[in-house]
Amino acid sequence: MAVDLSPIDENLLAEITSLHGMPKGAFNIRKDGELVERHSSAFIDIETKTDNPGIDITIKPGTKGETVYIPVIVTKSGLKDVVYNTFYIGDDCDVKIIAGCGIHNNSHQDSEHDGIHSFHIGKNSRVSYVEKHYGEGEGTGERILNPTTNVYMDEGSFCEMEMVQLRGVTSTVRDTNAELAAGSKLVLIEKLLTHDNQMATSNMKVELKGEDSTVQVISRSVAQDDSVQIFNPLVIGEAACHGHVQCDAIIMGNAKVKAIPGIEAAHEDAQLIHEAAIGKIAGDQIVKLMTLGLTEEEAEQEIIDDFLN
Amino acid sequence: MLELRNIVFDVPVQENARETKRIIDNLSLTIPDDRFTVITGPNGGGKSTLAKLIMGIEKPTSGQIIFNGQDITDLSITERANLGIGYGFQQPARFKGMKVKKLLDIAAGKKLPMLACNEYLAKVGLCSAAYLTREVDKSLSGGEVKRIEIATILARDPKLAIYDEPEAGIDLWSFDRLTETFRDIHEARDGRSIVIISHQERIIQLADEIVLLKDGRVERTGSPAELMPQLGFVSKGVPGCRLSEPTELHLTEIPTTC
Repeated sequence: MAVDLSPIDENLLAEITSLHGMPKGAFNIRKDGELVERHSSAFIDIETKTDNPGIDITIKPGTKGETVYIPVIVTKSGLKDVVYNTFYIGDDCDVKIIAGCGIHNNSHQDSEHDGIHSFHIGKNSRVSYVEKHYGEGEGTGERILNPTTNVYMDEGSFCEMEMVQLRGVTSTVRDTNAELAAGSKLVLIEKLLTHDNQMATSNMKVELKGEDSTVQVISRSVAQDDSVQIFNPLVIGEAACHGHVQCDAIIMGNAKVKAIPGIEAAHEDAQLIHEAAIGKIAGDQIVKLMTLGLTEEEAEQEIIDDFLN
Repeated sequence: MLELRNIVFDVPVQENARETKRIIDNLSLTIPDDRFTVITGPNGGGKSTLAKLIMGIEKPTSGQIIFNGQDITDLSITERANLGIGYGFQQPARFKGMKVKKLLDIAAGKKLPMLACNEYLAKVGLCSAAYLTREVDKSLSGGEVKRIEIATILARDPKLAIYDEPEAGIDLWSFDRLTETFRDIHEARDGRSIVIISHQERIIQLADEIVLLKDGRVERTGSPAELMPQLGFVSKGVPGCRLSEPTELHLTEIPTTC
């Protein structure tokens, strides 16, 4: 089934994937719970699930240098879209996956997208995953995104996940779970900006099951106005492993941030570290940028932009 | 030209206290164009406060600050920066996520070509290949961040540059390079003025004029020839103690740039 994309749709797509028009290679674009367009490639197969709404993406062993796009856009209000996307990535792959969801809601009714993404990463494969969440529209209806990400990493695999939510999402509960086999490495980067009365909760549970497995969790967030953020990252070391959790938050206005980084060692050679820091923008940073000719507001924006990179 | 007229700066002795302490006491000073001025004096004498008053980081209790004929006493930091005043902090701020290149671009007010960045960093003894993509965060040492701070002022190229103890935290080798840089700027004689707050003899020697600040007042002003003997730099060490003689160092033989 093909659905035409409006300028609003194209803008949402560009916000979350930096794509203008249809991508090359394998992709699946979903709008308001329906398929817009799909392409499989010689090495990447995308099939509709038979049990749940969603797709299975199978990447053949040895696939290298390919990118898969699976963006979702929601422009209908009152819609609750739940989708299951499961990736089966073969051994010895090197691929990039671009996901994300953009909501445009001009109504008083809520729009919600809950994406449940699972990744089965084969031995010695490298995966780079980028997920951007974005909301826009003048309506009072909530823009809700509740993503669940499950990662199962086989021996020697590497995965870097960058999960970004920079504006406009009224409410989000993010659940990220990972299991790491021997010699695998996961880098989880989460960047969040909430404003107005928005609410964001991020739960993470990373189980380091195999020897010499490594996880690095980097969370950077900015909470503005009256927004509230809660972080709950938990790393469990069940073998000789390395885990590092770093939560940094900038707080502004009447916002509230709660960070509860947890580490749990169940092996005597598990090396786990956590750091958490919450604070307002340092006055000396603003003053320095003002001495370089920026106004106070410009300085603040510059500091936030760089912090969230 | 910068004119400070009868500047007074009082601060409360404690937060919310009515009783105040005078940091700058009816200070008047003129810094002409094309001049290298070093402000020196004992700790707590008001040197950094004076620099902050010029930049607008602090506002005087009374008095006037005139820059090139314009009264800037009530202008903001940004407005003063845009009029051509620059300030190198004694303890520079760090920025998570901001790359050295970005900070130099902001300072210059434009995207700088690589060659220009190389030049600014080389002038403070840093190799740009190793630093441009680094973040100005805790991963940099105190000396590195200080040198980058000075490079931002070089990139900004203000009409009046104020450096607050630029030597603090900088190793001897880089300090040597830095002294050369200050000398070069000064020798260019292109109408720009440099004000350096310093205790370092080698920086003081470069000055056209030394201002000795004590208890918030200008105690004396004069050329290095006039003032150096009075500043106590001439007699080194403790009389009769050979161990206190400084070691001979040939700093110029140690490469400081890439």
